[in-house]
Amino acid sequence: MTDGIDDPGDVLGRYEPLVDDVEAFRAACARPLPAVVRVNEIKATPDEVRAGFEEEGIAYETVDWHDGLLRLPDGDPGHSWAYVHGWVYGQEEVSAVPALVLDPEPGERVFDPCAAPGSKTTQLSALMEDTGLLVANDSNLGRLSALRSNAERCGVSNVAVTNADARNFSLKPFSEGDEDDPFDRALVDVPCSCEGTIRKNPDTLAGWTLDHVEGVAGVQKGILERAIEMTAPGGTVVYSTCTFAPEENEAVLDHALRNSDCELVEVDLPLESRPGVTEWEGEEYDPAVERARRIYPHHNDTGGFFCAKLEVTT
Amino acid sequence: MSDDGAAGDDAPAENQPHQFERLPATAAERDVPERATREGVVEFWAERYGVDPSVWEGYTFWEKGAGKVWAFADDLPSPVEVEALGMTFLRTGGEHWKPTTDAVQRFGRHATADDTVIDLSREQATRFLAGEDQELDWDGDWGYLVVRHEYGGGSVTGAVPDRADGPRPEPIGVGLFLHGELRSQVPKGRRREL
Repeated sequence: MTDGIDDPGDVLGRYEPLVDDVEAFRAACARPLPAVVRVNEIKATPDEVRAGFEEEGIAYETVDWHDGLLRLPDGDPGHSWAYVHGWVYGQEEVSAVPALVLDPEPGERVFDPCAAPGSKTTQLSALMEDTGLLVANDSNLGRLSALRSNAERCGVSNVAVTNADARNFSLKPFSEGDEDDPFDRALVDVPCSCEGTIRKNPDTLAGWTLDHVEGVAGVQKGILERAIEMTAPGGTVVYSTCTFAPEENEAVLDHALRNSDCELVEVDLPLESRPGVTEWEGEEYDPAVERARRIYPHHNDTGGFFCAKLEVTT
Repeated sequence: MSDDGAAGDDAPAENQPHQFERLPATAAERDVPERATREGVVEFWAERYGVDPSVWEGYTFWEKGAGKVWAFADDLPSPVEVEALGMTFLRTGGEHWKPTTDAVQRFGRHATADDTVIDLSREQATRFLAGEDQELDWDGDWGYLVVRHEYGGGSVTGAVPDRADGPRPEPIGVGLFLHGELRSQVPKGRRREL
């Protein structure tokens, strides 16, 4: 049923208790995903990109829940005028969700602590109409060069790129005087075990270990905690991963609810999703984690995703 | 913002290659010799390419790396140590200033001059993007040109408010026009065979 997937430890089997239709879930995970591009609205409108694709003979299908996403049955158009002009960005469609949930406004101060290679950064900049301050950070210098070249091609001009460990990020360079000037919003799209990307990378689960999940969960908690600290009271923090593991999702939120000044708020998604889970392998989480959203591959024929919206309190 | 205490006052008057320093507004406020000024940058785009100075109202200009000017859509206390700030924008320093591919792709649509902005046919544009030099019958200026072609046309609504309906000439990059020849300045990593 999951032919073509390299999943020796049957990691997907671990999540069967969480899903409503095990067979559909496994079948979807084994199906490859079409290439998808997001229209870069800093440079072009969806109408213009569609006209450009038609001019170049590039086949596309529209995505019903978002006008600015196009599925490409013939693959990624890296060699097209649309790409050269920076009108499009190759991005899996569920990965467009967290920036939409964060919903930044033009002129705001926004933090993107795990930014590389830049799909969400460039999307955030477009939502901000390329105004205000977007701080895009990544701890890995190699990945940062990919972020920079993607931002350049997309014409992003409101970004400050930094190379730091997000867990002890300093606001100093972005503040006037002695007081730190907080961010209005943060998109905490953390490194994770990436099970939700299995349809893109069939060998994602080959090296999966519980040790890695637990280790990365510690990092995730640290990054989320620091992002909440640096966001102004009343501000919004979105936490997202591309994994199904509750250890990296609800458990991290539960930790933040207990240790940081924040609360979880409801999220209204334009595609089908399920609530966060409050129990997992003997652990119980704060009931508020139900407000987080789980996106499964079989519900919208996408990759898997997890997304939660937090409001910072005093 | 300019009052950074003793460090700012005693800073050596030379370019510090590891940090971004905001361009002075005018030559009178310049402490690093040879550094471009905001006034000079705005004038350059207006005089050479016909870009209305109001386009830059929300922007600050910065230098990191000798003669390398960056455009940033916000402001920060100067100097600032970050990996990148906005986009690379302009090479100053030489006798002829040179816009970057990023700058021309992003802001070239505001260029209105007809002797420094050239519209290529699809076939010419394809050769330009591949990095080829080509013979060209061009009556305009020599030097660095904004090179465009029509793309994504039809009766669509433009992304830019100043654009009328209809095909929009979309900037591709910078060309150097000399002796009847248009030399592609598209950086190697951005060249494509389409």
